[in-house]
Amino acid sequence: MSKKSKIELRTTPHLHAPQNVVVIMQNVVFAILPIAAWSIWQFGLSALLLLLTVTGTCLLTERLFNITSGQANTLGDWSAIITGLLLALTLPPAFPLWMAVVAGFIAMAMGKVMFGGLGMNIFNPALVGRAFVQAAFPVAITTWTPALFDGRFSQLIPSTLTMPFMIPVEVADWNSQVAIDAFSGATPLALQKFEGINTPVLDLFVGNAAGSSGETSALIILVCGLYLAFRNFLDWRIPFYILSGTFLTSGAFYLIDPVLYPEPLFMLFSGGLMLGAWFMATDMVGSPVTPVGVIIYGLLIGFLTVIIRIFGGLSEGVMYAILLANAATPLIDQYTLPRVFGQQGKS
Amino acid sequence: MGLLSIFNKKTFAHGLHPPAHKSYTSGIPIKRLPFAPVLIIPLSQHIGAPSKCIVNKGQEVMRGQTIAEAHGALSVPIHSPATGRIQKIELITGARGTKESAIFLKVYEASTQKIMRTIHVNPDKLNTDELLQAIQDSGLVGLGGAAFPLHFKHNIPDDKDVHTMIVNGCECEPYLTCDHRVMLEHPEHLIRGIVYAMRATESNKAIIGIEDNKMDAIKSLQDLLTDHPDISVQAVETKYPQGSEKMLIKSLLNKEVPAGGIPADIGVVVNNVHTLSALGQLLPNGEGLTERVITVTGPGIKRPGNYIVPIGTPIGFILDQVGYDGGINEFILGGPMMGSAVSSLQTPVTKSCSGLLVLNEPSIQQETLNVWPCIKCGRCVNACPMNLNPAQLGQLAIASEYEVMAEQYHLNHCFECGCCSYICPSNIPLVQYFRIAKAINREQAA
Repeated sequence: MSKKSKIELRTTPHLHAPQNVVVIMQNVVFAILPIAAWSIWQFGLSALLLLLTVTGTCLLTERLFNITSGQANTLGDWSAIITGLLLALTLPPAFPLWMAVVAGFIAMAMGKVMFGGLGMNIFNPALVGRAFVQAAFPVAITTWTPALFDGRFSQLIPSTLTMPFMIPVEVADWNSQVAIDAFSGATPLALQKFEGINTPVLDLFVGNAAGSSGETSALIILVCGLYLAFRNFLDWRIPFYILSGTFLTSGAFYLIDPVLYPEPLFMLFSGGLMLGAWFMATDMVGSPVTPVGVIIYGLLIGFLTVIIRIFGGLSEGVMYAILLANAATPLIDQYTLPRVFGQQGKS
Repeated sequence: MGLLSIFNKKTFAHGLHPPAHKSYTSGIPIKRLPFAPVLIIPLSQHIGAPSKCIVNKGQEVMRGQTIAEAHGALSVPIHSPATGRIQKIELITGARGTKESAIFLKVYEASTQKIMRTIHVNPDKLNTDELLQAIQDSGLVGLGGAAFPLHFKHNIPDDKDVHTMIVNGCECEPYLTCDHRVMLEHPEHLIRGIVYAMRATESNKAIIGIEDNKMDAIKSLQDLLTDHPDISVQAVETKYPQGSEKMLIKSLLNKEVPAGGIPADIGVVVNNVHTLSALGQLLPNGEGLTERVITVTGPGIKRPGNYIVPIGTPIGFILDQVGYDGGINEFILGGPMMGSAVSSLQTPVTKSCSGLLVLNEPSIQQETLNVWPCIKCGRCVNACPMNLNPAQLGQLAIASEYEVMAEQYHLNHCFECGCCSYICPSNIPLVQYFRIAKAINREQAA
C-alpha cells in the first residue's frame, strides 16, 4: 500500500437521511416563532413576558431534573423549547406569571420528565401543564383581555405581575378602559356558547378576536403548519383528519339545528383548534405511527372537540380531546398494525 | 410507455429515495484492471457448502482451470482467475469478518493469460438437466450480492411450476452502476443468458425490470428484443429497495411472495442481469467464472468507474490502480445500503461483490451522529417495504425481548434493507438491533 489509511468500520446502512431530531425540533421552533410574534403584537409586553417565563421555566425544569438524576444535558434536542412556547401560546395573555411558572414546571416535570424524557411521554407535555392550571386556576385561565389595546407596549396587563400565591386583580375595569370597542370579556367560543353571539368567521381567520395568546389567528397558524408539513417535519394527515372530523361532526349538529349549534366554519377557526391540530396533536411522540391509526386519531380529536365544546361545561374542548386521543394512541397503534408484506388477511 | 405511465408507475409500497450518486460512474465505459501480483481466492464465495480445494501448494494452474470443486448440490466450483502458481492455502478474514479458508495464487507476469475451457458442451443442444449441470460447472452464483448458486435456483422443485423469469436490472443501491453498464455494453450476452435460463427453468416468458433512471438501457434492450416476443422490458420506479426480489415481483406482476416463502411459490424466479449476462457469455465459450465487473466509486476515489476485476483481487490493489485519498476511509464491498465495511485492504473481491465504495472522512463524519431516543415519528413504519413496525421492534430489542420480536412482530420477515435506519431521525441503529436479535434467536433455537 502506498498510502497511510485509517479504516473506519460501521454497520449498514452506510448512508443516512439528512434530517435528525434536532433539525426537526429546530424547524418546529422556527415555525412557532411567527405565531409568538403575532401574539406579542396583539397582546404586547404581557404576552412577551408570558412566553419568556414559560419557556425559561420549561428549560430550567428539564435541566434541574437532568442534574438531579445524573443524566447528560438534554436541552440540546430543542424539544423543551417547543413545549415552553406552545404552553405559553395556550395561556390567556393576562395569565399571572407566577401561575405560568407553575404551568411550565408541571408540563415538564409531570408531562415529560416523569415518563422518562423525550420520546417516552404519553401526553403532550404542554397540554399536561395547561390541564393542570385549568384545574388549579379556573378563574385566571378564563380571564380574557382585548387584543390590540392601546399602550400594550408600554404597560402590562394588571394581573401579569401578581405576587406568587396571590389572587390576581380583577381586569374587568381595566378592560373597559383600554378596549377600543366594548369588550365583553369572553372569547368567541364562550360568546357563542353562553350568550349566543356569533363572531364573524373572517375575524377569527385573521385573528381579530380575544383568546389565548397564540390561538387567535388561524391564518398564521395555517401558514406555519403548512410550512412544516411541506418540509416533512409534521404529518399533514393529522391536522387534515382533525379538521375533517371537526367539520363533519359540527356539520351534523348544524344540520340538525342551525340556531342552537354553531356553523362548522366557526368551529374550525375558533378557539385553540388550529393551534392544537397543527402543533399539539402532531407531536410525534403522542400520535400513532400506522397509516390507519393516524386517521382514527385525527377524526377522534375532531369529534371529541366538538362534543366537548357543545355539551361540556367549558367553552373549549381541544385540549382534553388531544389528551384523550394521546391516551388512546398505544391502543390505536396496536390494532391498526398494517398487514405484513406477503401475509394473507389480517396479521 | 405513454404519458399515462408517469401516473401508473410500476412500483411497490413504502421504500425510500436516497440520493443516487450514480453519475460518477454511469457514463464511463467498462475498463479492465491488471492482475494483482497475488490473488486471494476464498473457498466460500457462495451460499451453501464451501468449495473443496483440489490444488496443492506449489502447483501451477492455468487461468480458467478448476481449482476447487463443488461440495454437494448447494455448492459451485471455483476457477483459477489467472495463470500462476499456488502460493499457499490459509485462513483469511473475509468480507463479513469471519475467518475463512482461501487459496493464494501468485500470478505469472509474462503469461498470455489465455483462458482454459472447462465446460465441453454446446449449450444449445442440452436438455434441462444437462443445462443445469453446465451452469453448476460454470461456477456461477448470484452476482447481484446474494451469491446464491445459480444452478440451484434454476433447479425448480417438482411441486412448483415456474412460468415467469424476472430479470433484475434495478440496481437500486446508490453509487452502483455495474449492472447498468453491463446492460448497455453487453446486451447480447444478457439476452443469450436469459434464453438459457428460461430453458433451464422451463419458464415461458421473461420480464426485464429496470429502474426508470436507466432509460438508455431500457431503450437499447427493447430495440434488440424485437425477435424475442417472450422477453419484455419494463420500467419500474426508481426507489430503494426496488431491486429486492420480492419488491420487484410486486412491482412487475402485482403479486406478493407469501411471507416466509420463495418466488417459485408463485411461479416466478428472479435473476440479476449481471448473472445472466455472465451466463450468456461463459456457457458458449465453455468457460468458468474468473472475473466480474465491479463499480469502484465514492468520494474518496480519484478515478471512479466500472472495472473488470479478476476474482480474488485484494481491494488494496484496486485502490492503488484507481487512486484514492488517504486519511480515514470506510471501505464498503457492495452498495452503501446493504454492503459490508471491511477491516482489511487485503480483503479480496469475490463473485458476489458488485462494488467497492470508499467513503472518506467528511462523509463519514457527517454520518457519525448522536443517537437520540425514539420520538415515534413513524418514518420507519412508512419506509419499511415489508410493512413491519421497526420502531416497536427497536424498543423490544432494547428490552431484549427477542422472542416477542420474532413471534408477534414478524422480525424474521425483515431482510435488512436498511430503510428504517437510513430514515430514523434519532439515528437508532435499527437494522443492527434486528441482526443481533435474529442471531440470538438462531443461537437459542440451535
